[in-house]
Amino acid sequence: MTAEVGHFALILALMVAAVQATLPLVGAHRDNAEWMAVARPAALMQLVMVLISFGCLTQLYLSSDFSVLNVVQNSHTAKPLIYKIAGVWANHEGSLLLWVLILTLYGSAVAAFGNNLPPALKARVLSVQAMIAVGFYLFMLLTSNPFERVEIPPINGQDLNPLLQDPGLAIHPPMLYLGYVGFSMAFSFAIAALIEGRVDAAWARWVRPWTLAAWCFLSAGIALGSWWAYYELGWGGWWFWDPVENASFMPWLAGTALLHSSTVVEKRDTLKGWTILLAIIAFSLSLLGTFLVRSGVLTSVHTFASDPARGIFILALLVVVIGGSLTLYAWRAPSLVSTGVFQPISREGALLLNNLIMATATAAVLLGTVYPLLLDAVGGDKISVGPPFFNSVFIPLMMPMIAAMAVGPMLSWKRADLKPALTRLWAAMGFAGLVMLATWALVADGPFMGVIGIGLAAWLFAGTLSELAGRIRLLQVPFVESLRRLTRSPRATWGMTLGHLGLAITIAGMTGAGSWRTESIQTMKPGDTVSVAGYDFTFDGAEPGQGPNYSYLRGIFRIASDGKPVVTLHPEKRVYNVSKRPTTEAGIHSMFIGDLYAVVGDKDDATGAYITRLYFNPLVAWMWGGVLIMVFGGCLSLTDRRHRIGAPAGRRAAELARA
Amino acid sequence: MKRKHKRLTFAFIAMLLLAVATALVLSAFEDSIVFFYSPTDLTEKKVADGRHVRIGGLVEESSVKKAEGAITLFRVTDLTTTIAVSYKGLLPDLFREGQGVVAEGKLQDGVFMASDVLAKHDENYMPPEVAEALKKSGQWNTGGKAK
Repeated sequence: MTAEVGHFALILALMVAAVQATLPLVGAHRDNAEWMAVARPAALMQLVMVLISFGCLTQLYLSSDFSVLNVVQNSHTAKPLIYKIAGVWANHEGSLLLWVLILTLYGSAVAAFGNNLPPALKARVLSVQAMIAVGFYLFMLLTSNPFERVEIPPINGQDLNPLLQDPGLAIHPPMLYLGYVGFSMAFSFAIAALIEGRVDAAWARWVRPWTLAAWCFLSAGIALGSWWAYYELGWGGWWFWDPVENASFMPWLAGTALLHSSTVVEKRDTLKGWTILLAIIAFSLSLLGTFLVRSGVLTSVHTFASDPARGIFILALLVVVIGGSLTLYAWRAPSLVSTGVFQPISREGALLLNNLIMATATAAVLLGTVYPLLLDAVGGDKISVGPPFFNSVFIPLMMPMIAAMAVGPMLSWKRADLKPALTRLWAAMGFAGLVMLATWALVADGPFMGVIGIGLAAWLFAGTLSELAGRIRLLQVPFVESLRRLTRSPRATWGMTLGHLGLAITIAGMTGAGSWRTESIQTMKPGDTVSVAGYDFTFDGAEPGQGPNYSYLRGIFRIASDGKPVVTLHPEKRVYNVSKRPTTEAGIHSMFIGDLYAVVGDKDDATGAYITRLYFNPLVAWMWGGVLIMVFGGCLSLTDRRHRIGAPAGRRAAELARA
Repeated sequence: MKRKHKRLTFAFIAMLLLAVATALVLSAFEDSIVFFYSPTDLTEKKVADGRHVRIGGLVEESSVKKAEGAITLFRVTDLTTTIAVSYKGLLPDLFREGQGVVAEGKLQDGVFMASDVLAKHDENYMPPEVAEALKKSGQWNTGGKAK
């Protein structure tokens, strides 16, 4: 019964979405207020229907109803409660349900709180949202119904893929989807603006918070995924330039560009056509990401089994969305008139440079990701494009951008002088030079690129701090005055500062872990000691044991540095009871200067030795710490009064009152 | 600067970026693209020793042996041709005899020295290249656990 209710609610949601996709759009065209007004209740009703549907599926998982195929394939009565809940979206069908749930959540947020939007814009935005929703409802109902029953229910389920039974991966998909789907808001606003033929500062002020929220979620989602790969896959790596990873990285790159260009639209009323295009691209790449992950066309380290019929449906959806929106763009974009003019050396110019580099980098990643597919489709050789390609293309493209990032925020809008900005950066330049020298002295035998990477990170960090110091006029005015300026800074500006500082820390982490990692693979017998990067790993044997739904072999590594004990690591090799599948849990100890990382493998019965993998990963924790700071900056910026819903009108009134 | 010149500046920067990106992509393609071969391809096409390639097929039953120094030896087959593989390190959790596998590395005196053995997150998953290699050798669905 529960399954049928969920299925039925999904069909009703499709019907409501079909109405919402058409009636308000026509109403906006004919200036019919009543037709436009349909959008609001329809969007809310969609949310209610999808919530019912999602609730039903969750209930089926909680009650372990094995008459439903999806539950059979992904659950088991002995599975811990948290993974019964996470199991809802840890599979193809359920994750799509989560996708539409988030889509309707965003849609109804506009419907419920968008009272100060022009009615026609609101109607159009909600219509476009509903069109996307129709596509996904059809996809689910036709190819991936989560409520499908089995004829003869089995006694128990097949359990969830053990790799996914992990707290990090339980919240990774919702985060990632909140990001992916969040770009649908920017997309809907862009399409609505194209239909209307008007983009202004108010429009940008509406789009920015959604883009910012999506960006925060996507950043957190990607970082979580990379962290999961780091500790769960047991290879000590955190990013493999794998197609599935690139699929989430491309929307992030485009979204970051969009975030910056929408500021220009808001503040300076220019770069409109470009911003609209970026909004379309960011969402198209999100859809492409869904396609790449869900269709199984790529050989990826993260691929799951999949069904080709679904791939064709998503491909068709992709063609309609991307083709349709780009056609509309080509037709309508020339009518968008920008009023703001600016010189190449200016804040706008710097942001545009950022955008050009980000777009080029996105294109390069896209090329590397889909090139093997295209080549295969035309009957060429089977190839794979791996990390060497991306490292040698992406990193050189990013370096000038990081260098320019410290300068950009110092330039004034419209027209700026490079000289005073650079004069203020002398200190940062000196700091970066010193850091590079120190790094060089420490690791002279490592790759020189590592030294450059650390130098760039130091330059960006110090440059961002000097911008902050200049803004509060540190040492130029009394300290109390500086402090007052500091606390009065708008939160959006704080967001920028924290975002850039966070990126600097992340770059340092990536450089450290990428350049100076020490790896040691060997067989060890209990009592053996291996030295890795100055740390002595002593293997004290391994003991078997039982977890909630798995049995494990737990290795014991005592680690000492200069004879002083540092920590004891307990990596595990688990075998899950139901699926009989093994997983690896690395033993990790994070320190400021790097991570100690140990993995234990199978025992060789003949010799009594275990294969072990030991690593020292310098600075690796900085990477995730930096992302955390970036996301925090984004969230802080979201709470800025300017972004608060309904604020634009109020703020302008306040400004007038002050003037 | 006039509006037209301003636009030209950015058009120029964009072109420059594109040119740099193209140059980077082309040079990277030259040395970092990895071709995929089935064991049959590998022997027939006489791939030079030392060239970085990927191979794929099934791990032959009862071919996995542990050797000194964390090295594992096994054979990969497309059920027509079989090739010996040597890999140092921990094999992925889902590596098993009779299952599909993709390995990256190079040939050395007739033995494939793998630097990476790709792990899968799902045991029902068959790498598309492996499925294709098996279809090509006419052994699809007759051997292996392919669906």
